[in-house]
Amino acid sequence: MAVTDSLSRAASTLAAVLLLSFGSVAASHIEDQAEQFFRSGHTNNWAVLVCTSRFWFNYRHVANTLSVYRSVKRLGIPDSHIVLMLADDMACNPRNPKPATVFSHKNMELNVYGDDVEVDYRSYEVTVENFLRVLTGRIPPSTPRSKRLLSDDRSNILIYMTGHGGNGFLKFQDSEEITNIELADAFEQMWQKRRYNELLFIIDTCQGASMYERFYSPNIMALASSQVGEDSLSHQPDPAIGVHLMDRYTFYVLEFLEEINPASQTNMNDLFQVCPKSLCVSTPGHRTDLFQRDPKNVLITDFFGSVRKVEITTETIKLQQDSEIMESSYKEDQMDEELMEPLKYAEQLPVAQIIHQNSYLHKIWDKIRIIFFALFNYKI
Amino acid sequence: MGLLSDPVRRRALARLVLRLNAPLWALPVAWLERTMRSVGLEVYTQSFSRKLPFPDETHERYMVSGTNVYGILRAPRAASTESLVLTVPCGSDSTNSQAVGLLLALAAHFRGQIYWAKDIIFLVTEHDLLGTEAWLEAYHDVNVTGMQSSPLQGRAGAIQAAVALELSSDVVTSLDVAVEGLNGQLPNLDLLNLFQTFCQKGGLLCTLQGKLQPQDWTSLDGPLQGLQTLLLMVLRQASGRPHGSHGLFLRYRVEALTLRGINSFRQYKYDLVAVGKALEGMFRKLNHLLERLHQSFFLYLLPGLSRFVSIGLYMPAVGFLLLVLGLKALELWMQLHEAGMGLEEPGGAPGPSVPLPPSQGVGLASLVAPLLISQAMGLALYVLPVLGQHVATQHFPVAEAEAVVLTLLAIYAAGLALPHNTHRVVSTQAPDRGWMALKLVALIYLALQLGCIALTNFSLGFLLATSMVPAAALAKPHGPRTLYAALLVLTSPAAMLLGSLFLWRELQEAPLSLAEGWQLFLAALAQGVLEHHTYGALLFPLLSLGLYPCWLLFWNVLFWK
Repeated sequence: MAVTDSLSRAASTLAAVLLLSFGSVAASHIEDQAEQFFRSGHTNNWAVLVCTSRFWFNYRHVANTLSVYRSVKRLGIPDSHIVLMLADDMACNPRNPKPATVFSHKNMELNVYGDDVEVDYRSYEVTVENFLRVLTGRIPPSTPRSKRLLSDDRSNILIYMTGHGGNGFLKFQDSEEITNIELADAFEQMWQKRRYNELLFIIDTCQGASMYERFYSPNIMALASSQVGEDSLSHQPDPAIGVHLMDRYTFYVLEFLEEINPASQTNMNDLFQVCPKSLCVSTPGHRTDLFQRDPKNVLITDFFGSVRKVEITTETIKLQQDSEIMESSYKEDQMDEELMEPLKYAEQLPVAQIIHQNSYLHKIWDKIRIIFFALFNYKI
Repeated sequence: MGLLSDPVRRRALARLVLRLNAPLWALPVAWLERTMRSVGLEVYTQSFSRKLPFPDETHERYMVSGTNVYGILRAPRAASTESLVLTVPCGSDSTNSQAVGLLLALAAHFRGQIYWAKDIIFLVTEHDLLGTEAWLEAYHDVNVTGMQSSPLQGRAGAIQAAVALELSSDVVTSLDVAVEGLNGQLPNLDLLNLFQTFCQKGGLLCTLQGKLQPQDWTSLDGPLQGLQTLLLMVLRQASGRPHGSHGLFLRYRVEALTLRGINSFRQYKYDLVAVGKALEGMFRKLNHLLERLHQSFFLYLLPGLSRFVSIGLYMPAVGFLLLVLGLKALELWMQLHEAGMGLEEPGGAPGPSVPLPPSQGVGLASLVAPLLISQAMGLALYVLPVLGQHVATQHFPVAEAEAVVLTLLAIYAAGLALPHNTHRVVSTQAPDRGWMALKLVALIYLALQLGCIALTNFSLGFLLATSMVPAAALAKPHGPRTLYAALLVLTSPAAMLLGSLFLWRELQEAPLSLAEGWQLFLAALAQGVLEHHTYGALLFPLLSLGLYPCWLLFWNVLFWK
């Protein structure tokens, strides 16, 4: 009896030890997985898709943008997180022999317009000013929510632009341009306001590589359909519709994206190989020096899809509280509270400040006001 | 000259026609309306009438009245803000019925498509260009030529482009395109390029000025043929006639072309389906436009369908020619100044004697008379032939058209007799100064006129400059007077017209004999006067009111005593 008891106790302790060891190994494995869970650093995805040219014979630019929109929606980014800007309406253009459709493949194989396209900026609203306001967030309060880019410092943003461009500029609506310097400055503003975690910039225009030459903010990866001095070419005309349907680069990107599903592990290096010179006639280019991660570790779905990371686990995981960070953030909150005074509207104006600081100016200002109103009344 | 030239025959015919109470040939208006309506167009008619200043011998008409029929194909999904026009001008001398058939077939085909963003107007006009002018004036609500046209009931928005079609038979061996319009205006080069593209795509044989495209540009043949085509275009542009319905559209800044189907003795013939396909392609391309054609050139010369010479290359030529006139004027000014100084000195030495103003005053007085007289001759040349035709027919056995032409020639020749009379009006003290001052004024006048003409109608300006500048620069009373006189007569506007007619037929490889040429010249004079009154062509007033008086001044200078 004593032997069995001791044997059973030994067995149980052994089992306990084994379980504990396994448990610890498993726990550390879970923690590793938990580490890996937050590897990419982003928690939400946004997409800004811009087509900048109007007129019926620029059908292909709208088809380009809509095919990227289609892929991005299919891979999970919802309409509330997509800002779609189309400079002209091709589906309902009176010249469209197949109304309410925009085709990307000839013989009408693929209609990228579909039933649930939500265009946020349409027609003449697609201007350089609106585009920059969307990016930087300097938007009038009356703008509806669907027209805003409400990204935060954990957002991965995909920006796709297509249209007619040249060395250092992209043409909007046949009447204005955005230069590569303006774009780089807009991205820097976004970085300083922490409006993105990582940014993927794709451009399909002539001499597209010139648009990403001037970027200087961190965490930006850029792709372009052609180098400086090269033209990006269109893919195929459709004799029934009478215009070119897609540009070559985006056509092959679309084909590539059609094979991606939300679970695929394809990385950015594969995207860099899309459309070699033999197919595209122009030489696509890319820029990764500002990006901190290695492109081979970056999944396509990090930018093109909104992958909700869900892992089912029955284990409990202890997440360590980093007390230093907690204390410093608490202190910051307190300091903000102390400094906050209720501000009155008039005092925020710099003129008011200058006047209150300087009593001499205050008197002059009063006199000026009196004279101005007197003259004004006299005129009436 | 024609059926109506004999007044007896004319009166008999007028009585016959009145008795029949029917015109010789009329557009089948009711049938056209019915057919267009059955195709599905909105059909409207417009009537117009016009009394020509004198009977037109070439087209055999005098009091013209007719009806235009047009059908509008509305764009299914667009607002009717813009339109395209396909027009077929019909007349008694060219019934153009094949083109009407093609127009109706195209209308039926276009009606079945949904991709039209602009309205398409299918226009059939009576009396060729007179009907087209009436329709255009009513469409744009203007009255520039005195045509009485009833207002249009149906309208379709601003016209972006127009194509005029003339077919003589139902098979064509080649398509000829005409671009020169009224007063030398040209459509945007893009429209011609559009036509050329569809010729190549459809494998059609297309010609310009009736000549094939030169293939071989490396040897001498290609450039030589190109030069011939270019010269033909220069001559046609200089004449300022609307060579087809399209010429009248250009005045309203509507880009337009005329396509003529030619059936010659070639082996390979195209049927109307091929022509229709080319037209359909052109209209579909024009449909895609969102703006007026403005990217390509408006002023050009064509050595071939696929080549052009831009204005930057050819305008300096006229500039240099006018520079000759300027330099000659400068030389005369210097000579006059020296002569003036020379006169002063002997006059100044014996005391307060002849001051400058009287000699200058005499110079001015001696200038005003020739100027006024030559300008009055020009005015007479412009006004008298048409005004005096009835008086002429009463006193001479000629028809009205002949009367007009003969009056023109008579006044022109009478101008040559002038110099012998002006000198009795005024006596000068310094004869040399007199003719120098006159020639100075005449040179500046000529340079100004030619400059203005070259800016609006380069071909006319260039032709006149090449002919008149040497003769004008050389004209002076001293030297071989008969030689200079002959040169001046040969380069006068009328002689230039005659010469260019011969050149034109020579380039078209259908040379004229002298008698034929003279007949053609007389007909051209009548047509010139008529077209000025009916369409507003500017060649006749420019030559009679502007260049002829200038030329008379040089004639005066030559015969200065």
